[in-house]
Amino acid sequence: MTPPVSVHKSALSGLLALPLLLAPLLGGSARAETPILLKIKDHRFTPAEIHVKANQPSLIVMTNADATAEEFDSTSLKVEKVVPGNASGNIRIRPLAPGRYPFMGEYHSDTAQGVVIAE
Amino acid sequence: MLASLLIVFREVIEAGLILGIVLAATKGVVGRALWVGIGVVGGIVGACIVAAFAGEIEQLFQGSGQELFNATILTLAVVMLTWHNVWMAGHGRAMARELKGVGEAVLSGERTLTALAVVVGVAVLREGSEVVLFLYGIAAQPGTTTAAMLTGGVLGLGAGAAVSALMYYGLLAIPAHKLFKVTSGLITLLAAGMAAQAVLFLQQAGYFEVMTRTVWDTSWLLSQDSIVGRMLHTLVGYSDAPNGAQLAAYGATALVIFALMRWEHGRHHRHHGRRRAAVAAE
Repeated sequence: MTPPVSVHKSALSGLLALPLLLAPLLGGSARAETPILLKIKDHRFTPAEIHVKANQPSLIVMTNADATAEEFDSTSLKVEKVVPGNASGNIRIRPLAPGRYPFMGEYHSDTAQGVVIAE
Repeated sequence: MLASLLIVFREVIEAGLILGIVLAATKGVVGRALWVGIGVVGGIVGACIVAAFAGEIEQLFQGSGQELFNATILTLAVVMLTWHNVWMAGHGRAMARELKGVGEAVLSGERTLTALAVVVGVAVLREGSEVVLFLYGIAAQPGTTTAAMLTGGVLGLGAGAAVSALMYYGLLAIPAHKLFKVTSGLITLLAAGMAAQAVLFLQQAGYFEVMTRTVWDTSWLLSQDSIVGRMLHTLVGYSDAPNGAQLAAYGATALVIFALMRWEHGRHHRHHGRRRAAVAAE
């Protein structure tokens, strides 16, 4: 009974590390384009409207100037990203078909609203 | 108060549903309360740690630490669910058929209980860290609404627990001999949905950026942001605008689990058949 358990344990830690080890092989995360700066302060986004080129990936760097964490959340952009208070986080936007893609700060969705416009 | 109730409820609903399914799938297995409890407590402790180190995790892997962390723990949950399902396909039916195997059932149940404890822990950890950050944010804010918001948060947790109970008792209403089939079907779809979600996190991290085009869009019919959409997202991996890679991960995972279950089931059948033939020959 003991051997299968120990095999299982080492397999488990191996599996845990696998995606992290594979990640660099699957593709580069470096992007040539300049990042778009997005700031949240008093639970409001500036700018609240972000324009990106359609069919091209882009990078948003979100700075959280509030003391508490905020989650950048957008189902249409397929992004969920927690940015701790007084910190910044990278938000990668996949190549988008032309259109409007709303996003929100999930913890303060009454004020934290914005939209990405791909054109 | 209502706002914070809804936010917390949205976050805990996923963990609540998974907990309900796991409890139903382990009905009658001795020691399940302990293992599921370990999963929940471990998940809460993990959630607090992840919340406290959110900034540090984020800095890893060129600012993609959070996404890769999510993708990793989701993958771990998929592996554990697969293992449980495949193992049960081999032993579950035999356990139910042969009364003599009661002692065996206790033992075998415990094996996959560790896997399911990991699954529960991962579910609680993932959504729990966001709840911790949110509630901490409220608590840290000075103001008269703080108490009301916290009350809303606690009520949201309660609502999540209620969903868990509904899922559990709903599944128990299914006749015992069919329950195994239903729970393994649910677990297969749960795992497939998690695999699709893991791929999405990898793409969000800037890796594996293939087949990113949206294949169809049903957001006009059922938004993934609605409560029903979110529940279906957890249960069967519903996505209102899936991309190619998501669909491929979903399909591949469901197929692999199904094939492994068939194979394991067949292997045990043949084994039992041979044993019976040998007994008859003596």
